[in-house]
This record gives sequence, structure tokens and C-alpha cells, in this order.
Amino acid sequence: MDESMNQITATAAGSLAELREAALAACAQAADLEALEAVRIAQLGKKGAVSQAMKALGAMAPEERRSAGQALNALKEEVTAAIEARRAVLEEEALARALEADRLDLTLPVRPQPQGAIHPISQTIDEIIEIFGQMGFAVAEGPDIEDDFRNFTALNIPPEHPARQMHDTFYLEEQGADGAAMLLRTHTSPVQVRALTSRGAPLRVIAPGRTYRCDSDMTHTPMFHQVEGLVVDKTTHMGHLKGCLIDFVRTFFGVDDLPVRFRPSFFPFTEPSAEVDIGCSRKGGELRLGNYGDWLEILGCGMVHPKVLANCGVDPAEYQGFAFGMGIERIAMLKYGIPDLRTFFEADLRWLRHYGFPALGLPSLVRGQ
Amino acid sequence: MKLTLNWLRDHLDTTATLDEIAERLTALGLEVEGVDDPAAKYAPFVIARVVSAEQHPNADRLRVCVVDTGREQVQVVCGAPNARAGMKGVFAPVGSWIPGTGIELKQGVIRGVESNGMLVSEREMGLSDDHEGIIDLPADAPVGQRFATFLGLDDPVIEIALTPDRGDCAGVRGIARDLAASGLGTLKPDPRMAPLAGSFDSPIAWKRDLPGHDEACPFVVGRYFRGVRNGPSPKWMQDRLRAVGLRPISALVDITNYVTMDLGRPLHVFDADKVKGDLVMRFARDGETVEALNGRTYTLRDGMTVIADDSGVAAIGGIMGGEPTGCTDETTNVFLEVALFDPLRTAATGRALAIDSDARYRFERGVDPESALWGAEVAARLILELCGGEASRPVSAGAMPAWQRTLILRPERVMSLGGLDVPAERSVTVLRGLGFQAELKAGVIEAVPPSWRADVEGEADLVEEVVRVIGYDAIPPVSMPKLTAMPAPAVTEPQRRVSLAKRALAARGMLEAVTYSFTDSRLAAAFAGDNAPIRLANPISSELDVMRPSILVSLAAAARRNLDRGHDSFSLFEVGPAYETTSDDGQRLIAAGIRVGTTGPRHWAEPAANRIARAWDAYDAKADCLALLEALGAPVANLQVTTDAPGYYHPGRAATLRLGKAELAWFGDLHPRILRLLDIDAPVVAFEVFLERIPLPKQKVATRPLLKPQPLQPVARDFAFLVDAAVPAEKVVRAARTADKTLITAVDVFDVYQGDRIEAGKKSVAIAVTLQPEERTLTDAEIDAVAAKVVAQVEKQTGGTLRG
Repeated sequence: MDESMNQITATAAGSLAELREAALAACAQAADLEALEAVRIAQLGKKGAVSQAMKALGAMAPEERRSAGQALNALKEEVTAAIEARRAVLEEEALARALEADRLDLTLPVRPQPQGAIHPISQTIDEIIEIFGQMGFAVAEGPDIEDDFRNFTALNIPPEHPARQMHDTFYLEEQGADGAAMLLRTHTSPVQVRALTSRGAPLRVIAPGRTYRCDSDMTHTPMFHQVEGLVVDKTTHMGHLKGCLIDFVRTFFGVDDLPVRFRPSFFPFTEPSAEVDIGCSRKGGELRLGNYGDWLEILGCGMVHPKVLANCGVDPAEYQGFAFGMGIERIAMLKYGIPDLRTFFEADLRWLRHYGFPALGLPSLVRGQ
Repeated sequence: MKLTLNWLRDHLDTTATLDEIAERLTALGLEVEGVDDPAAKYAPFVIARVVSAEQHPNADRLRVCVVDTGREQVQVVCGAPNARAGMKGVFAPVGSWIPGTGIELKQGVIRGVESNGMLVSEREMGLSDDHEGIIDLPADAPVGQRFATFLGLDDPVIEIALTPDRGDCAGVRGIARDLAASGLGTLKPDPRMAPLAGSFDSPIAWKRDLPGHDEACPFVVGRYFRGVRNGPSPKWMQDRLRAVGLRPISALVDITNYVTMDLGRPLHVFDADKVKGDLVMRFARDGETVEALNGRTYTLRDGMTVIADDSGVAAIGGIMGGEPTGCTDETTNVFLEVALFDPLRTAATGRALAIDSDARYRFERGVDPESALWGAEVAARLILELCGGEASRPVSAGAMPAWQRTLILRPERVMSLGGLDVPAERSVTVLRGLGFQAELKAGVIEAVPPSWRADVEGEADLVEEVVRVIGYDAIPPVSMPKLTAMPAPAVTEPQRRVSLAKRALAARGMLEAVTYSFTDSRLAAAFAGDNAPIRLANPISSELDVMRPSILVSLAAAARRNLDRGHDSFSLFEVGPAYETTSDDGQRLIAAGIRVGTTGPRHWAEPAANRIARAWDAYDAKADCLALLEALGAPVANLQVTTDAPGYYHPGRAATLRLGKAELAWFGDLHPRILRLLDIDAPVVAFEVFLERIPLPKQKVATRPLLKPQPLQPVARDFAFLVDAAVPAEKVVRAARTADKTLITAVDVFDVYQGDRIEAGKKSVAIAVTLQPEERTLTDAEIDAVAAKVVAQVEKQTGGTLRG
């Protein structure tokens, strides 16, 4: 190429055509980016053929210089463009070659990212809070260790009342300050007493939490969860009790036409009292919820007994309301098809992964989950 | 409580079907647990006579019988050895479902001979295991009669789950009354309750010796019967008793059981000839014994009501009679006891002695006090009718307790409490149907509950009666009225954090466990702090005998179980209570976690040596704590690390995260002693975050200060200091920060080295200090000046020197 350059340098402006041809040919022949850079230097560098030709312009007559200068400038632009075009092609080829060699086996497993999970009880409690929250209920709490008064006496279950025996109470060895028996609450109902005595009426609360009964078999565990509901004001009646619970179970189970049946029953702390059944089918040993003619009991409820209101310092002549209590494991089992109550508390990894919920799956009625 | 349909019809005149009755019972609060209808099961089977039985032409062991079913003659092929002409058996037509085999009978051709039904064995009928031959009925069995009718089985049995308040429905009549009140028929009068004249004075008298506690047995009635003949009771009575699960014994005993079931009135009969002297109601003396009718001997305690004669305890009041004074087939003179016993005492005694009897079931629910009088009359009539003899005039002790009381029902309360709009007159009708005396006077209903409804105490009970009888189904549901246009928050900030904590930890790959609040005292002792674990008085097992002092007790035990299942690496957490003391604030809300084994299973991308990811270490637990605290809004940058975690953590590999004085979290390796106790040899790190101690936000809405992005590039300088090995790295970091609190915006540890290349007892801590110029670019001289101050502060505060 040096020869050709010298030739071109030696030629006059008239040999511009040759110069152009040689430059474009060199460019097209450059096999790689390195060769292309050499071409650029040879043509456009300070000592390059084009640059040399530019220098030669100085010796020309003004007329000649103008026309030769225009031609040279055009040539310079054309050669520059040709080099850039060639560079793009060569770069593309180089990338293609590099990519050809750069191959990952993406069928290989990723670095392990352990997946966490939320326990069905927590998820169910969040769902319950979401639904009752929409109905204006606030969450109330109480401790697991209660005294005899709040767990029984205040709830119209005096000592020796047969209903106490139905509760299979865990007692503590230690006694309360006044010698009263300390126990593990057998239901979440003592939270009614706490809420009424501390907040007073009017009131709309739910109280999810741990409860305990001295019972263990296929369908009972010594610890389980309940959610208590309590509404006290001046006008709430059994129609509201029905409406509230029907709205809840239909929303919770996601069955719009789920039949709900209220049956008279007995609880010492409510009058009138009811048990609530939902429609189901047990055909073929499989439980399905819906309008299938069969019934399944899911909760107990009633209008707060006037004695309970009075025991909590609320005037039953002025205030009334309803209360309900529901087993959280039970409704979780029904909704999510979990067959065995006892497995809830075994912390078996396989169970937690299988029945658990995604961390980000916080239930929301507005967002539809 | 069990009853049969025909028994119910003794008291209730109704055209309602079994299904209608069952449905209404449940709607009334008398929940039907089950209906067993043998009549339906045995409906197709009739009594048939074998007209002829010929040898089957193609089979030695089979016979071809012609059977008269009362309606037609059919040919059946029969394999039973006892099939013979003239016998009477049970015929199953084609299409009937055979209870014993669960197969539907089809028409068939057996070895070329048509067979249109079958003669069944007891096993095929599900009556017994006898399959030697077909059922061979007595010659007088009526051909064509339904087999169920012949057996006395055509009476459906209804089982009711009785709530503890409804003692009045512990007898068939009470159930009939509720049904009648609800409009499902009319209650028939019961003429058996009318007074029956006696012809002589009872040689046995009642006495009461219940000083200060007359309520234990306020009233008792007795009657003496002489010249009776005991023996089996009639078939109708035996059939009914069997149907409700009682074993017929003898006429006298069956009569008491029958009245108990029929009217909810428990009774007892003594063999009068075995009673020494008079009978007295008194409290047992501690240690006194009695042999009860169930054949077992019970040791009694003071406070238990007993019926005694001169020779000792003859019966446990309200619970069970005594064997020595019981009636036998030889009994000819009888003394009938009809008493009222206190529900609470009866319940307590029954529980203490662990006796479940039909009498206890009723007395602890409350027996109609008036039944002491009419119960004696009903029983007397049955004894005279079934056993003959003659009755004495009644004897009694105590007095009928006053049960009459007037309650007021404001008619509008049925709507305002019960949610059901019921005219006052309708409420009156309903209450009268239940036996109340009810009058509408001056706008209110005055109601006197009947003697059998001690459970009705006030207006709310009357509302329940009205609404219950009309039906809860009739109450129109009303959705909860909104309190505010937008729902208010249902949870407080501390409550919100519970769910947030769970989700933050789950997002870090941990599995949420929910474990029992109680645990094994032997394990708990190792985790207990200053307070001994809270002990249960009646634990369900010795492995669950104390309240857990730390959630880590439960999680460590759960880890042990999962290791046993073959899992070697996992992370569990629980957000829940731990129990320090029995006071309300002695229950702590804690988010605890445990990480076992390595950060992951063997993986191809890990270093080639063993391809196993690194073991969890205390820094992972620290990261969990910090991430959780950050998620819950704790000022993480202000936390301090102190090396004083409790004793169940490793003494040198665990720490406390503090905010000022408050301990927000503990984390680190579990103590090797704990791991040994649980026989765990995998690495285990753990943490506990005390949710209640995290400060609450001061403002409801967290408005942010304005972001001021710095236009100038930050400058970083690295330093390596040689400090005593015991100096915490954080001390170096804090010292460096104090060099220029404005310019220095970050100090990060990027290397820690201890080893051959430096002096023993020393370590090298390398930090990167970031300077953020605010107004203009820093000159080299300015940067050098800050660097010099960093070195000076670290030297001054930690004794460290800059490494060359």
C-alpha cells in the first residue's frame, strides 16, 4: 500500500480518481479492525495519502486549488464513511464470533433461593381482619393467661356451672394475687370482658388469638385459635348478627350464594344464642361448600347476655349487641382443604411449604386476594 | 337424648312426616344428630310362607321354592339347607337392597331355573352373623306383614344433641311440647299425671338431714307398693327402651327408666324389704362406700347427697341407686323415690365419681320441680298396671320449691333485640304454647314461665323463646351499617407489625411455624431466665407441662423433629408469645427464628472443594434481625451491639442489639449445651426480636425531609488499622466517623485479618471512608487533612495504628 500511496502522492490532482479507488479498495479489503485502522492511518492520518494530497493544494493556483480542494474534501468524507461502515461490519463480525464461543448451559439449576412461607393460621387471621375491618371492626387483644373471672365468671359461667366442665380448662400451678385460679383461656371470649371494661360501649371488635383446652385426639389439639367478635351499641339486633356473619362467610369462602343457617343453641354468655351452619356436600367422602343440601357447623354466636354487659360495667338497659366465636383452624381447613388439625402445630417443613402462603400475599378485598 | 317417632306420637298429635319433624327440631334448637330408620332399611322385606320346596333339576344343593308373599306366589331358587315346604321366612323381592351384603337383588336364572327374589338369612339382613340357613319364623308369623313391623323395628329413632339449658326436653313430652308450640301438631293431655289415691300408710317415711343446705334436696316424695309381681316388662316397653339404647331389666326397673325417658323424670325403686328403717336424705360422710347398681363400689365424700337407711347409703342422690336395696325378680314390696336434687351438686358428685347416668344427665340440667308430684303418680299407675299390688298414700319431706315468677316482655323487644317483627299477640300465643302463662297487659306481656323452664330468667330469654319457635330463618339479615364512609384502620401500629414481621421473615426465605405455647419443662429450664417457667397444674402430658419462656424452645424442638425427618438445612420462624410471668405484661410478643445447617444444598456453582454452601453463622442471624427491625421502622443506624445475650446463646458468638438501654433483639449461635441437649450436631443460629420494644412512629403520616442530592462526586479513601484483637470493629468505625461529622458520610469495614502476617493478639481492620464534598471539590490537601484526623481519632479511641 505504501507504493500506491507514494504513487498517489506523486500524482497531481487529476489522479484523484485513482486515489479514491485505491482508498476504497483498501478499506474493503481490511480483514479485521486492526487492518482497518492501518487503512485509516494510511489514508487519513497526518502522513496519509489524502492528507498529503491536501498539503499539495497549497502549491496550486487559487482557481485550481478551490476545485481540487472541494474534490479532496468530498473524497475525505467518502473515505471516512467507508472506513466507519467497514468498522461496523467488522465489529458485528467480531461480536458474532465472540458470541459464538460464549455459551452458558442455562439448563443448570440456579443458586438456591430458599422460599419462605406464611403459616395458614396467619394467612387466615389476616383474611379475617381484612373482611371484618371493612365492616368497621377493630382488632382487640388479651393475654393467653387469664384469671377465672374473665374466662368464666364475668361471662355468666359461675363456679360449678356445668359449662365449665365442657371447657376442659388448663390451670396454672401458680395462683393470682387474690388467690384466684389462673388458667389458659379456653376461648377468646375474655377479650370481650377486657374490651368492654377498658373501652366501654359502643364497640366493634374482633379478637383472634390462641386458646387452650385440655383435650387431644384426632380432631382436638390442646392449643388452637379462635376469633371472637363483639358488637355493642344501642341498636344492633339479631338481624345484624345474621347479616354480619352471612357477609363474612360468603366473602371468606368466596362462595356468593353459600347457604347459611342459624340454629338456636345455648351459650351462657349469649341470649338468644345460635349456632351457624354453612351449606356443603359430603358426597363421595369429599367436602364441598355450596348449596348442596347438607350442613356443616362452623361457629357459635348470639346476642350478648345482659349479665355479661352488667359484669363489664355496661348498662344492659341501654346497650345491647352480639358476639361470636369461630375456630380459625376449622375455617382454614375448610377453605384450603387441609385434612388434619394436628398437623398445624408440628412445624413439618413439608407441610409448611405445601400449605403455606407467599410472603407477599397479604390479603386485600380491594385488590382481590 | 333419643326418642322414637311413635313414642313422640304418644304425646304429639301430628300429621308431619319424619323429615318435617327432624327439620323442625333442629330449627327449634333441638339439634337432630341423626335419624335411624330401620323401617326404611327393611321396607321391601315381608313375611312369606314356603308353599313348596323341590330339588333343583341341575344342582344337588339347591332347591326350587314357590313362596307365598301374601300378594303373589313367586319362584325362588334357594341354597339354604333348612328351606322346606310350610316354613315361614323373610322374602326379599327383586330390586331390594340387602343390608348385610350391600348388594341390590337382581332377577336371575340359576342353573337354568328362574329365580325372582330370595329368602334371606339373619346375616343378609344385617341382624346377626348367622348364615347357617334362612330365617325361620314362628308358625304364627302373619304372611305378607312387613318384617320390620313384625320385629318391632318399624319405629324411627331420632337422636337429639340437647343443650345444657334444656332439661325440659330430656323427656319425650318436652320435645313434643316444643314441636306443638311451633305449630307442628298439638300436645295431647297426659291423664297419667292426675293424683292416684292410696289405700294405706307407707311403712317407710322420708326424712331430711341436710343442715343449712336444704337446696341439695328441697323436696322428696315416696310411695310404698305392696304385693307386686316383678318380671319382664311388656314387649312394647322393652321395644322402646331398646330403641333408645337401654337394656330391659325387669318391669319395676324398666318403669323407672321409661318414665325417665318419657317425661324427663328420673325415679328410683327400692326393694322395701331390704330397706332398714326409714330413708333419709343426707350428706355422705367422708369415706363412706356404696355398691351401686352398675356393680361398682364407690367411696363417697362429704357434700355428696345420698339416700340412706339405718344400715348405710342406699343410693347416690340423683345419680344411681344401690345394689343391696335394688329390686329383683323376687321383689314383692317396693318403695318409690321421687326427689328433687340440686343440679350443681349432682353435677359435681357425678363428675367426682365419674358416673354418667340418665338420672344425672337430667338432674344436672334441672328437673321440673312439679314432677316430684306428678312423677309419683305416673310411676304408681305403671307399677299397678304392670306389676299389680296396691299403693300407699304418698309420703314426703321438704316442700315444693317456689318456682313461680313473673317476667316482663316488652313486645317491641322481639324486633329491637331479636330482629324479627312479631305482633304482641303472636308472642303471647307462642309463649302459651310453651306452657307459659302469658297476658298482654298495658302494652307489656306478663309471662310466668312453667315449672319446667328454670332456664328462662329474663326478657332476653323470652325474646329467644318467641324467635326460636317462629324460627331464626325468619329473621331478615341486615348487613352491618357503616360507621364511617371509609373503613377506619382495623389494626393498631403494634398489631400491624405482627403481620409485617411474619411477611418480612418469610420474604427472607424462612418458613413460618406455629407451635404450642407449652413445652417440656426439662427443655424449658435451659432457656429460662430469672423467672422459673410457668407450670401447668394439669398438663396434657409431661412433654407439655410449662409455658415456654422463649419461642426458641419450640423452634429448637421443631428443628430436632425436622432433622429426624432427614432435612439437614432449613430456616423456621415464629411470631408469637413467650411467657415470663403470669401477669398481663408477663407475656412477650416475639419474632424468633432459627437457621439450621447451611445456606443451601450442594450446588454446582459453589467452590469445587465440596460444592456445599457455607454454614449459617451469627452474621446471618444479625442480618435477619436488622432486616426485620428495618422493616418495622426501627432506627437501625442507631443500634448498638453489646455482647450480653442470654445464657442459651453461645457466650462468644451472640450479641444483643440495643437502642439506648432497650434490648431490641438477641442473636447468635445457640449454646453448645442446648444443641447437646437436643442432640443436634448441625450449625444452628437463632434470633429473637422483641416487637413491643420497637419505638412507635411519632407522626401518623411520615412526611419526608426534602431530598438534597449532592452535585459533587464523593471521594473514598481506604485505611487499614492494626488494633488489639479484642477491639470491636464497630469501635474503629465509630472513631473514624468522629474525624469529620460533616464530610464523612460512610465508613465501611471491607477486610478483617488476624494471622501470621501480623503481630499476635492483634487484628487488622480495613475501612473505606467516604467523604461527600458539599460546596466545592476537595483539594488533595483537604482530603489529606481529613485522612490524618481519621488516623488520629482511631489511634486515640482504639489504640490502633495505621498499617504501613
